[in-house]
Amino acid sequence: MRIVKRGIAGTLESSDVMITVSENTKGGIEIDLKSIVEKQFGKQIRTVIREKMEELDVKDALVEVNDKGALDCTIKARLEAAAYRAAGIQHVRWEEK
Amino acid sequence: MPLNAANREIPLSLPGFDTIKAFEGAFENTPLVRKEKGIRNVPKLNKLVETVEQAVLKTELKDGMTISFHHHFRNGDYILNMVMDVIANMGIKNLTLASSSLTDAHAPLVGHIKNGVVTQIYTSGLRGELGEFISNGGMENPVLIHSHGGRARAIETRKINIDVAFLGVPSSDVYGNSNGYTGKSACGSLGYAKVDAEWAHKVVLITDFLVEYPNTPFSIHQDQVDYIVKVDSVGDPNGISTGATRMTKNPRDLLIARNAADVVVASGYFEDGFSLQTGSGGASLATTKYLRDYMIERNVKASWGLGGITSQMVKLHEEGLIAKLLDTQSFDLDAVKSIAENRYHTEISASYYANPLNKGCAVNKLNVVILSALEIDVNFNVNVLTGSDGVLRGASGGHSDTAVGSGLSIIVAPLIRGRTATVVDNVQTIITPGETVDVLVTDRGIAVNPRRQDVLKRLKETTLPLYTIEELRDKAQRVAGTPEKIEFEDKVVALVEYRDGTIIDVVRQVKS
Repeated sequence: MRIVKRGIAGTLESSDVMITVSENTKGGIEIDLKSIVEKQFGKQIRTVIREKMEELDVKDALVEVNDKGALDCTIKARLEAAAYRAAGIQHVRWEEK
Repeated sequence: MPLNAANREIPLSLPGFDTIKAFEGAFENTPLVRKEKGIRNVPKLNKLVETVEQAVLKTELKDGMTISFHHHFRNGDYILNMVMDVIANMGIKNLTLASSSLTDAHAPLVGHIKNGVVTQIYTSGLRGELGEFISNGGMENPVLIHSHGGRARAIETRKINIDVAFLGVPSSDVYGNSNGYTGKSACGSLGYAKVDAEWAHKVVLITDFLVEYPNTPFSIHQDQVDYIVKVDSVGDPNGISTGATRMTKNPRDLLIARNAADVVVASGYFEDGFSLQTGSGGASLATTKYLRDYMIERNVKASWGLGGITSQMVKLHEEGLIAKLLDTQSFDLDAVKSIAENRYHTEISASYYANPLNKGCAVNKLNVVILSALEIDVNFNVNVLTGSDGVLRGASGGHSDTAVGSGLSIIVAPLIRGRTATVVDNVQTIITPGETVDVLVTDRGIAVNPRRQDVLKRLKETTLPLYTIEELRDKAQRVAGTPEKIEFEDKVVALVEYRDGTIIDVVRQVKS
C-alpha cells in the first residue's frame, strides 16, 4: 500500500484515537504519538502501529496519533481506516478471521 | 486598701481569690467596646476595612505564619488568589498555607511557591497545573494531604495552628455575621469555613454583599470575626455551583448506579430509618435516583442524609423520603436554595461531620455511603488522589472519614476508564485503607470484601453479578492490557495523612 495523500480517521472523544496518515518524504514509518496514557502504554501503542503498518504493507508513512485512551482494537481500526484513505483506496479488504 | 476606678476599697486578695484585679474603668480592659457611647453622630461600630492590604496589616501577618482559606467557592474562587497576590506584594514570605482544599482555580499559587511566599501546604486535594507542579518536585517541603475530618482534628488539636483565616463569604453584616446562602455568590453551607472561624487567631471576612445587621441566620458569628473587607466579587457564580447537578445519561454510569442501588437494597441496611451519603459523581448521583424508586416502592424512608448535598438528595428530602439533611458542602444551586429554605436541611461544620477525635461526628452514625474511586486494589485500598500517571489530581475529601464511619461503604467505579484499569494489584496512593471498604460495584461486576461475609451472604441470595476482586482485576487487565510501571524519583512530594493524623502513604515525584 502506498501513501499518496493525507488520510484521517477517528475522533478526540475519550477512549478513542485520532490518527492522521500522510506521506513521509524521509522514508520509513515515522510515528508522532501524543497520548494521555503515554507513560503506561506508549511502547505498546507504537508496537501496535508498526505491526499494523507491516500487515498493510505500508513502507513509508508519517503517522500522527492523538490518543485519548483507546484500546488496541480501536487503534488498529482507526489506523487501518486512515491508511486506506491516505492510499486513496476505496474498496477496503476487510480482515477475515 | 487601694481604691479602684469606681472609688471603692478593694482588697488585693481574699481566701479563695489569690489575686484580685481591681476595676480600672469601663473601657480599660475591653479594647473593642466603643468609647463613643452616647455620641449620636459617630458611625455605627463596624469591622470594615477598606482593602485586603489594610486587613492583612491589621492582622499583623508575618513571615513564617500560617494562613487558611476554604474551598466552598470551588472552581469559581477569587479569594485565595486575591489575598495571596496582596500578601506577595507586601513582601511577606515563608507562609504555611492551610486551605481546606485547592481547586483548578488556584494555579497561580505556583508563582507564589516559586517566589517563596508559600513554603508549606496543607490541603485535602490538589489538581491541574498546581498538582502537576508539585508532582514534578516544585516544592521543597512535601504537601500534607488530609481528609476533611482529619483537617478539623488537626486544627482543633492545634497541630495546624492558623494565625489568620481569610474567609470569603457570600453575605455578611458590618459586624461579621455571615452565611453562605444569600448574595450573588451563594455557595450554601460554610461547613469548612466554620472550623477556621472558630479556631483561627485572627479572622478576616471578605464579602461582596453587605447586609443589614444582624445577618440572621448566620453560619460564622460576629464574636469570631476581626475584620471585614467588601470587594466587588468573591467568585464566579458559574464556577461556584452549577444549576442542578446533571443526571448522567451515560449508560455505563447508570448500570453501575442500578447495581449499587440493588446492593444497598439487598445488603440488610435498607430499612426504615436508615441514613445515607452519596457523592456528586455521575454513578453516585444516579444511585440516589434508583434508591428513590426502591424507597417509594417498598415504603422505606431514610431518617437523614449526609454530605456533600446535591439536588438529588434535596429532591428526596422535599418528597419526604429523607427526613433531615446534614450539610457540610452544598454541591449545586438546588442544595444552596434548600439550605436557605428547608427547616431540616442543616448546616454542619467539618468537625461535626467527620473529626475523629471530637465527642461525636456524623459519619459515625452513617449507615450507607456511596463513594467513587480512581483506583481500587485487590486489598480494597482506594486511591482518589493520584492519576494513573502518578500525578496529583484529586482530593482526599471525606472518603476515608465516611468509609470507616459507615456501616456499609460502597465504592462505585467503571472497571476501565479509557484504557486504564480501575481495579489493580496495588493502588498508586492509598487514601482509604481496604479494611474500611465493604463493596466494589463496577459496570462489569460486584466484589464484596471477604471481611464482610454477612453482606456477601445476603448478596448471594440475589442475581447480582458477584465476583472476587481478583476476578475483576483480571477482567480489566484482559481488555486494557498490562501498563508499564510509572517511574518515580526518590523525593517525596506529598504525605498522605489518615484521619487520625498518622501517615498512611506518600506520593513521590514523577520521573519526567
